[in-house]
This record gives sequence, C-alpha cells and structure tokens, in this order.
Amino acid sequence: MALDSKIPNGPIADKWTDYKDHINLVNPANKRNLDIIIVGTGLAGGSAAATLAELGYNVKAFCFQDSPRRAHSIAAQGGINAAKNYKGDGDSVYRLFYDTVKGGDYRAREANVHRLAEVSSNIIDQCVAQGVPLAREYGGLLDNRSFGGTLVSRTFYAQGQTGQQLLLGAYSAMNRQIGRGKVKMHNRHEMLDLVVVDGKARGIIARNLITGEIERHSAHAVVIASGGYGNVFFLSTNAMGSNATAAWKIHKKGAYFANPCYTQIHPTCIPVSGDHQSKLTLMSESLRNDGRIWVPAKLEDAQAIREGKKKAIDLAEADRDYFLERRYPAFGNLVPRDVASRAAKERCDAGFGVNRTGEAVYLDFAAAIQRYGKEAAYVKGLNADDKALITKLGTEIVKSKYGNLFQMYYKIVDEDPYTSPMMIYPAVHYTMGGTWVDYNLQTTIPGCFSIGESNFSDHGANRLGASALMQGLADGYFVLPYTIGDYLAPDIKMGPIPTDTPEFDAAENGVKELIAKFMNNKGTHSVDHFHKKLGKIMWDKVGMARNEKGLNEAIVEIAALREEFYKDVRVPGTDKEFNQELEKAIRVADFLELGELFAKDALHRNESCGGHFREEYQTPEGEALRDDENFAYVAAWEYKGKPSDAVLHKEPLVYENIKLVQRSYK
Amino acid sequence: MKLTLKIWRQKNAQDKGAMVDYKVDGIEPDMSFLEMLDVFNEQQINKGESPVAFDHDCREGICGMCSLFINGEAHGPDRGVTTCQLHMRMFKDGDTITIEPFRAAAFPVVKDLVVDRSSFDRIQHAGGFISVNTSGNTIDANTIPVNKKDADDAFDAATCIGCGACVATCKNGSAMLFVGAKVSQFALLPQGQIEATDRVLNMVRQMDEEGFGNCTNTGACEIECPKGISLENIARMNREYMSASLKG
Repeated sequence: MALDSKIPNGPIADKWTDYKDHINLVNPANKRNLDIIIVGTGLAGGSAAATLAELGYNVKAFCFQDSPRRAHSIAAQGGINAAKNYKGDGDSVYRLFYDTVKGGDYRAREANVHRLAEVSSNIIDQCVAQGVPLAREYGGLLDNRSFGGTLVSRTFYAQGQTGQQLLLGAYSAMNRQIGRGKVKMHNRHEMLDLVVVDGKARGIIARNLITGEIERHSAHAVVIASGGYGNVFFLSTNAMGSNATAAWKIHKKGAYFANPCYTQIHPTCIPVSGDHQSKLTLMSESLRNDGRIWVPAKLEDAQAIREGKKKAIDLAEADRDYFLERRYPAFGNLVPRDVASRAAKERCDAGFGVNRTGEAVYLDFAAAIQRYGKEAAYVKGLNADDKALITKLGTEIVKSKYGNLFQMYYKIVDEDPYTSPMMIYPAVHYTMGGTWVDYNLQTTIPGCFSIGESNFSDHGANRLGASALMQGLADGYFVLPYTIGDYLAPDIKMGPIPTDTPEFDAAENGVKELIAKFMNNKGTHSVDHFHKKLGKIMWDKVGMARNEKGLNEAIVEIAALREEFYKDVRVPGTDKEFNQELEKAIRVADFLELGELFAKDALHRNESCGGHFREEYQTPEGEALRDDENFAYVAAWEYKGKPSDAVLHKEPLVYENIKLVQRSYK
Repeated sequence: MKLTLKIWRQKNAQDKGAMVDYKVDGIEPDMSFLEMLDVFNEQQINKGESPVAFDHDCREGICGMCSLFINGEAHGPDRGVTTCQLHMRMFKDGDTITIEPFRAAAFPVVKDLVVDRSSFDRIQHAGGFISVNTSGNTIDANTIPVNKKDADDAFDAATCIGCGACVATCKNGSAMLFVGAKVSQFALLPQGQIEATDRVLNMVRQMDEEGFGNCTNTGACEIECPKGISLENIARMNREYMSASLKG
C-alpha cells in the first residue's frame, strides 16, 4: 500500500483553515448515533474524550490506571509552548513552526507542525477558561519562561507541575461529560486487541484488570492515545505502567509504525544508583536556565571524585570544564536535549564522569546563587561583599524558582543541591516515533486514529521542551474533533456495531490464547527479569549512540531473548483476578517485538539526526551528520509476522517553506 | 538491611483479609520503599508464592496512585512525600515494618494493598469542573487578569494529587481536604464564579453519599498530605457552602 499523507493543497498558512471549510460534517442529531472508543486518558485522550462528547458523540474511554487523572502526562514539569507573543519578543506562529521543524532536525512533516503552531494559542485560552492556574505576573497577566532550542520566551507554566495542571484541566472537562453520561469511563481496563471488520476499525478487546474478564467493545472509530514506548528500555522517566501494547496491537493489525528509532534521551535526570533501580526521575529542563553543567577538566580529579577522595567544591574554577558553554557558546547550557545528552555521554565515556558509576555530570547552581544574591543585596542596599549574606539571599531566590525540584532531588539522593552541585545523567524520556498517521491523524487502518505521543507526526527526530503538552492537547481538543467527523460522516445510518461477529470472536480468542500461554507456562524467571535484560540490550546498543555492529548484535539478542521469554517466564496467580504480573507479561511481550523493530529502524537509517545518533555519521566536531539526499523520509514499517520481516514504506518529506540546513547551536 | 514485613493480604473484595509476616533481605538504604517491595515480590515469585499487589505508577510523587499505610501513617514516616518517594534510609536494619492499605468506608479493598478510590472520581463528576466547551473559541487568556496571590493560592489547592492520604488519616474518614481543595481552586479564580453555588452543593452532596465522614478539625489530614494542601481550603469550602446554602 502506498502511503498517502493527505496533506491539503495550498499555501502552508491556509491549509488547515481551508481543510476545515471543506470537510464533511455530522449533524448534531446524528452524532448521538455514533460511538467512539478512546484508549488512554492523558492529555491527548482526555482532551479528545471531553471534546468529542461535547460535540455529541458517545465516547467510551479506557485507561489502565484507577482513574484518568493518573495518566503519565501528569508528570510533565516544565511547561507548554504557545505562539502568543505576550512578551513581544518577536514570536509568531511561523517562528514556533520553524523552531519545531529545526529542533526536530528536519524530519517532521511541515503541514502538521504548522497546524500545531496555529492552534497553540487556543490551547492557552482554553485552559485558562477551564480554571487551570497557570503562573501569573504581579499585574495579573500570564507569565512565560524560556526553554531549550529557542530564542524567545513562549513557555507557559504552572511551577514545576504544568503537566499535572493541564491534565487535571482535561480531566475536569472529561468529568463534566462523564457526569452527563456522554463519556463512559472504563478504569482499570487494558486494551489487548483491535477488532477490524471489513477493513475498518470497529472495536477492541479489553481486559478488566480487577476481575480478569475479557470484554468486547464496539464503536464506529477507535482512537489510540496510549502514549510512548520509552519503557522498552526498562529504565526511563515513564511511569511503571506506561506501555506500548495498544499501539503495538494496532500495528499487528495493519497500522504502520513510523520512525521507532527516534527516541529522546533527556539530559537532566537523576543518575542510576544501583541494580535495584525501577525508574528514573527527571529534573526539569527549566533548571538549565540557571544551572551550569560541568565535569572536572583533569582525569585524575574525576577519578578522585569517583573514589570519594575529592568533592565537587574542592575543584577550582580553572579545573572545571563547562563543556556545553565551551562547545556551544551561543546557546550554552540551553542547547536542545539531544545535543546536551550526547555531550554529557561523550565526557563520561572519556572518563570524566563524577559519581560511583562514572555516569554523571554536575549541574551547578553556585554561580546562579551568587548572581541572584548580589542582585538582591544591591536592591536591598545591603553589603554585597558579605559572602554569607549573598549566599543566603541567593539561595532563597533559587528556592523560590526551583524549590520543589530541589526537594525532590534531596529526597532521592540524600544530598543538598544548594550546597553541592546536583549530579545528572541522560535518561530515556520521550518517543518521537510511533504509529504512522496521515494529516487526519488516521493510521493506515481506516477508522483507527492515533493521537499525542503515540503517533509520530510533529516532532521529527527530536522534540523541543514544552512541546509534548502542546501536541497532546492540540490533537485532542482541536484537530481530531474535525478529522474524525469527516471520517464518520458516511456512517451515520449504520447503527450500533454488533459484537457477536466472527471478527470479535477471533480477536477475543487470540487474547485468551496468549493469556493461557502465560498462565500455563510454569517458567523459572519473573517478567522483570526479562524486561531488565531487554532494557540493558537497548541501552547499551540502541541507546544514545548506535553503530552498525551493535545494532546487528541487538537484533539477534532481542529475538533470542523473546524466545527465551516465552519459554521461561513465570506468571504467578490466575488470570481471573487482579494480577499485576500478568499485566506486565503482556506488555513486555510487546516490548520484545518493538525493541527489535526499533533496532532494525536504527540500523537502516544510515545518518544521524536528532535523537538518532549513529557513530559512523558525525561531523569532525562530533555533531550529528544528516543525509538529506537519502533519508529525508518517514520510515513506516508494515508488520509481516515478526519484526525481522517488517516491510519498509517511505513517506518523502517535502520542505516547501523551510530550507534544510545543518542545525547549529553554536 | 534485613527487615520483617507485616503486610495486609486480602485475595479480593469479598475476602476477610489478615496481616501476614514476611522476611526480606538485601535491602539498601538508597532504595525507595516501592523498590523494596519490588525486591520482596521478586523473592516471592522465585519461591513460587504470590507477590503482594500494590498500586503505583509514576514513582515520582505526582500521579497519586501509590497509597500505603506504613507503620500507622499514610505514606510512611517521612513528611511531604508519597510512598514512592519514601526511601529505606528512613528505616534501620532489623526493623519491623507494618504495611496496610489506605482504609476508609468509601475506599473498599480491591486486593492486598490496592483500594478502590472511584468515590473520589464521582465527587469530581458531580461538580469539579467549569462548564466551558473545548471549542477553542473562548476569550483570549489575558482578557481577565487574575490577582497573583489568588492565582498562586488556586495553584496550591490544585496541586492535590487525589491519593486519599487525607481520608486514610482522618479518624472520621473525611474527604473534606480533597473536596475543599477542588472547591477552593475554582472559588479563587474569576472563571469559577459562575457555577460556584451549584459546584459546592453538588460536590458536598456527592461526598456525603459516598460515605465519607465529617470534619472535626483535628488537622491530621494536613500533616499527612504529601502535597501540603492547607486546612484553609476546608474553611474556604465551608464558607462557600454556607453562602451557597443561603442562596439556594
């Protein structure tokens, strides 16, 4: 099947408006005859559920958590971008569009990104109207901060809990519709297969996680909003339950999976402390506004620090290497995430890492504390030479800006970041790849849509900070409600979709067989045992820097691990009860396939771009070396039985409005 | 560290349940409490015994899913943290640790340490929203300035993570801190004024129907709240409720 991205014709700034003017609409009386299933209730799924229900559709929403409010969007810290230009610093829809395409290393689809930038302002209006308490200035207007990879302040925020506040906003809009009976919420349910009838998505098979019952649910369209697949690495900043199962099941039913190798490794996370580690904790990118990143300049100092013989504060300024400021003087500590992460890895690989494991760099606030302290002393007319006073005043200001993050760090590491620098290291955070969708956010299965992090469309090979929240809400509030109506218009006379059909039988039987296989397996190792092994292969060979040899090894190792998993995994208990080990087994089975496709995608892409860094393809200065002639396309993989047989389809990326150049943040 | 764990085991909602003693070894002070339970569960699975069920997800203190009552305190002995942020350095080698679910009439046990908090969701369905359609055709976000103090107070109230520690801690099983936080968030913002009367009446009615107890101002909820939600929110809700009742 040839890929048709269905990008509307016309100038980029008019495409979305023209599109909306010419699509099919469904009249209000007919909307109530149409059912829509939404899997996942984070920013994308929650906002879509609320909006579609307001429009009059019958929405059935599913989440695996005990409440939609727990979705992992809640953990996003720093902020949300919008081209409001409230600061008057030259921002515009075009600039947000341009920054996003450039930040994504020219691997995103122009038309989708422009639409995202266009609706960004509406998101802020909407959220404020819903009572989301975004940060304000003393005059009562909204405040902004700056984020990596941009030269304007366009990030709206609510302290370090922006994701929480926006998610609770979407949750409240959804609650209003649940209260009206227009959204039927199914908590503690996991989608385990998609049902396709006559080539169209018409329902799902879900497991009730409390009773273990396998349920059939039908609808006229199915929307996947299940987030990213970062947990294929076992250790990531994702929640423990974040999984790729819904996205992978639709892939197996015919939805192409695009660019799986585009994964964002976030530079500022708390380093791994030991083998027991279950997840990694992010420290907001906003910290890079004031924190300076460094390692010792001399190898012997780094070694002494690792052995506990020296401390960070023992090193004189001349013995420190502020490597981001050295390599990227224009953007300094605020380079995009992929660039910052690779630079930290490069220093640690060269032997300059600073914690026991050698995999950590410093994020130092001493200079910021002094700077703020001196400013405060000057304003208050106090003695600016009094060191203790300056430190005290400066510490108070840093606390007011980042207090919750510093407290989080202290609770985890048991070290005071006000007096000794934080230690950070990159960790898997966000996946730009995902289900392939056209301009309508529809997958290659008619009637099956994919929104938010679970699709691939807007961030190219690297996502800029504060753009994930923007995309999730744009898709759910403002894009899908139009595009899905256009799809559903011919179905108005169809009536409810029956579930007693051979297609539902077959899908349900498949799910039951898989579950029975796990329950009867009597293996010797827990699910986590295999998940950790997968994570180690992924991190070592498909992580921040990849090469042909390692990727070939990873493909073989993951396939072998998958076989071992099915032979030897042990799932205790029964399938007719609340069984968290069974839930994990089903998810890890999918990660074991996805991981292999991920490596295969990384191997085929003989270039470096954004979050995908191939060691063979770099400039003499160690920067990513793109190959626009051969790789300016979306790699969309078709499932053919096993990952090694997946077939590649290419969607060429055509840049009509932005010139492709090498990204430079110097 | 070697520890003795006394854990509440209950097969399902119908089962009576009981405390069961276990030993766990190889615990390090840098582990989080939930990582300790991961080690314990791995040990159980390898022995062919059933792992203990507990709710958890983000493991960074924001999703509100983790909900353990440890040594008689919601989220354990540390302050300002959820269970997932509690670290084993708060305990000593050889300690005995008691682990129970969040108990309340309105939070029935699902299994072991997992409880059903859908009563919280139902209170939100009754009025925890502003009735504005998500069409994108609202007014510009800066049209109505909001006093910074009010915006900050609304934010502080809105940081509630809905974990239920307040209810589990309260001797009356009251949800007033949880409901007060949501009522306050909207009461403090101009956007929330239009429906203020109905909102507080409906949310309080639902809270009562769910079987939550009343508030007797002991303030234990505020101390155990991992997000430091202030008792002022209960006072504000009472004020809102009184004036709404007079209007209604």
